[in-house]
Amino acid sequence: MLASAVFAGVAAGLLATLLHFVFVQKSLLLAEEYESGAVSHFQGAAPAGHDHGAAAEPAGTEAHDHAAHDHGDAEAEPSDLQRNALTGLFSILVYTGYAMVLVAGFGLAIAYGRRIGAREGLLWGLAGYAAFQLAPALGLAPELPGTAAADLAARQVWWWGTVLATGAGLALLAYGRGPIYVVLALVLLAAPHLIGAPHLDGFAGVAPPELAATFAARVLGVGLAVWAVLGWTAGAIWSKETAQA
Amino acid sequence: MTNTQTAPRASDKSSALTAVVFLALLGVATLFVAGHAQSAALHDAAHDVRHATGFPCH
Repeated sequence: MLASAVFAGVAAGLLATLLHFVFVQKSLLLAEEYESGAVSHFQGAAPAGHDHGAAAEPAGTEAHDHAAHDHGDAEAEPSDLQRNALTGLFSILVYTGYAMVLVAGFGLAIAYGRRIGAREGLLWGLAGYAAFQLAPALGLAPELPGTAAADLAARQVWWWGTVLATGAGLALLAYGRGPIYVVLALVLLAAPHLIGAPHLDGFAGVAPPELAATFAARVLGVGLAVWAVLGWTAGAIWSKETAQA
Repeated sequence: MTNTQTAPRASDKSSALTAVVFLALLGVATLFVAGHAQSAALHDAAHDVRHATGFPCH
C-alpha cells in the first residue's frame, strides 16, 4: 500500500518536474524580474517571449537583490542548478503526499467492497485534482511570485477546508446512494465558495495580467495532466499488487 | 502495511482501516511539510513548487 503510493508519487513527481520546466518555470522567473524591479510592466518590457534574460536588458536599472553580488557574475549557474534540483525534489515530495492520500482512499474503497483498477484510478486522480488543485484555485488562483495576498494562515485554513470539503463531496457523489447524499455532496462542494476565500481589498501585483493568466492556466493544465497520470498509475499498481496477494 | 493487503478484505476490516488512516495521515503530513510549513529554509527550497501547485505560499 505504502509502496504503490510511493512509486506512483515518484513517477508523477518526475513528470510534474518535466512539465514544470517546459511550461511553468519561464513565467515564474519572469514574474520574479517584475517583482524585483528588474523589468517593469509599463516601461515597454518585452512580453513573456522566448528568453526571459532578454527581457531583463531594456530596464537599465540593476535590480538590487536579483543576481546580486553574493553569487558573482559568472556563477549564477550552480545556484540555478540547486534551485531546480530542489524543485524536482519537492515536486516528487508533493506528489508522493498526494499519492498517499489517494491510495488511502483506494484502501477505504476496497474495505467497503469496491474494486480499484487503472480506470477507477484515473477517475480518482481527476477527483484528486479537483479537490487539491482546481477547487482551491477557484478561490485562491495560483499566484505568481510578487502577488500580494491576504493573511497566509487564513488562506491555508481555507485551502485545507476546501480540499476536505471537495474531496468528501466528490466521494459522496460517487459512492453515496440516495438523494440525501447528493444534496449533502452539493452542499460540501459549494460551501467553500459560498464562504469565500480570504482576499485583500485591492490589487497590488506588479506583473502583467497576461503573465499571471498564462501562469495560472498552465499550472492548472499541468496539474490536470499529472494527476491523471498519478491516478492511473496508482490504480494500475494497486490492482497488480492486490492480484498477486 | 503489506500484511493488511494480503488479508481477506472483510475479515480484517479494522486493520485495513488502520492502514488507511496511517497512510492518509502520512500523506497529509508530507503535504504540510512540502506545501505549508513556513520555516525559511523549507519555504525557499519548496518555493517554485508551491507556486506551481497552487499552495498558498507567502
